[in-house]
Amino acid sequence: MDRLSVNLCGISLDNPVIPASGTFGYGYEFAELYDINLLGAFSFKGTTREPRFGNPTPRIAECTAGMINAVGLQNPGVDRVISEELPRLKKVFRKPVMANVSGFSVEDYAYTCALLDKEEQVGWLEVNVSCPNVHGGGMSFGTSPEAAAEVTRAVKAVTAKPVIIKLSPNVTDIVSIAQACEDAGADGISLINTLLGMRIDLRTKRPVIANTMGGFSGPAIFPVALRMVYQVARAVKIPVVGMGGVSTAEDVIEMMLAGATAVEVGAANLINPMTCKEIIEALPAVMDQYGINTLSEIIGGA
Amino acid sequence: MKDILLTITENVIIAKNVCRMTLSGDVSEIRNPGEFINIRLDGFYLRRPISVYDLSDDTVTIIYKVVGRGTAAMSRMTAGETLQVLTGLGNGYDLSPSGERPLLIGGGVGVPPLHLLSKRLIAQGRDVSVILGFNTADEVFGEEAFRALGCHVTVTTVDGSRGVKGFVTDALPADYTYFYTCGPEPMLKAVYRATNTSGQFSFEERMGCGFGACMGCSCKTITGYKRICKDGPVLKKEEILWTD
Repeated sequence: MDRLSVNLCGISLDNPVIPASGTFGYGYEFAELYDINLLGAFSFKGTTREPRFGNPTPRIAECTAGMINAVGLQNPGVDRVISEELPRLKKVFRKPVMANVSGFSVEDYAYTCALLDKEEQVGWLEVNVSCPNVHGGGMSFGTSPEAAAEVTRAVKAVTAKPVIIKLSPNVTDIVSIAQACEDAGADGISLINTLLGMRIDLRTKRPVIANTMGGFSGPAIFPVALRMVYQVARAVKIPVVGMGGVSTAEDVIEMMLAGATAVEVGAANLINPMTCKEIIEALPAVMDQYGINTLSEIIGGA
Repeated sequence: MKDILLTITENVIIAKNVCRMTLSGDVSEIRNPGEFINIRLDGFYLRRPISVYDLSDDTVTIIYKVVGRGTAAMSRMTAGETLQVLTGLGNGYDLSPSGERPLLIGGGVGVPPLHLLSKRLIAQGRDVSVILGFNTADEVFGEEAFRALGCHVTVTTVDGSRGVKGFVTDALPADYTYFYTCGPEPMLKAVYRATNTSGQFSFEERMGCGFGACMGCSCKTITGYKRICKDGPVLKKEEILWTD
């Protein structure tokens, strides 16, 4: 397993493959199909201070080589995540988990992170300043360097765990935002969240998504994601977690060559729930094919 | 839940824009009527969730409507071709409260899950009545199949071109012990209002994964948030909270 291992913000991962938040729930559905302990880690469903139902349905639209979602951060709220989901999760996953956190104010982020900081199972806090599906929060913190830095500072003040800021691609200059987070003390950057998109139903001549727009993900966005990971990884010294359209072992290697220390897999889990297992199993042979000895040595090699 | 490769043994048109497909292979994960399978199609990103019409030890039959490019591509597939299918999805209908004379009410492509349900209820010795609602005569399917199972069948069409003219709620019998229904939401709402016993409703929603991971198909109920794909698609009358 050493060929695949990487170190993410001081925590060793058996491999760099991490199911992305919102595509893996709290892991239970996937644990029915395979032992999810073979994952590097996983990032659980985005958690907020208060419970949220999210957006009205339809929340899902199909696209060429991808999909749009407008779930809107449905989650039971941090108190129930800690009292119900984490104890259940412990039974199926014994490695450190990535806690994904969202908020509607700087205080929200700090409040939720302070509570999750006390949970032993939580390895990293992945702070989502990039959800395109909620108003007055989420992405609005990730579209300006100042706001992203303010959230970063507030979260860093309440936790000793590594803080990874998850960035939105729906900005003019993602590099300046990543740098602002690094300057504010972030331990890592993850990117990209979904691209804002929409579809129109030709029969009704209305948007498919009830919320009109949503986040576009899937293989179609991979080149955009790879480019942004490359740009950010060259501009910051902290580790970068790459994601966006990753579906194969080859995609993981490309992301790492672009500068990713670990790689999150999102929409692909929804289409083929065995995707992450298949990627991890395929990695050694694909590495052999391309003359790669260990994954850690290729990070940023491109 | 199981992700398996199934082989098409039959794929035929049975009514206007409606096809019946039988798939053979390991269908052991499918248990209850009202469950659905989620089918992967070449060239399409999301799977197509389709309810189970009939089940044997090694085959599953579905009836689906051609509504877009994905289902159109499916309708052109032929026997011998294979499909990757997630099986064992959804909660399905609970047969235990049916009573002696359950009433089954289906509208359009909401009819199929009621077929396996009828089969199971009749096997339990129930006296099953079925109302099958369609818009026009050329859309009607399943009438003979339900009769062959031993159900009392009433067909309704909106334009009166076949059976009773009107909606399924225009053909409700006076006496039944419980009901099960599946169909478009306006029909489900009408059935909710017109029935005088408890019952179970099967809902449809655009889904992402179909197995409970993405929260793409959530709805609010009296007993909290539910995922149509995992906690549904069948909800009991008492827990339904209509959104408008």
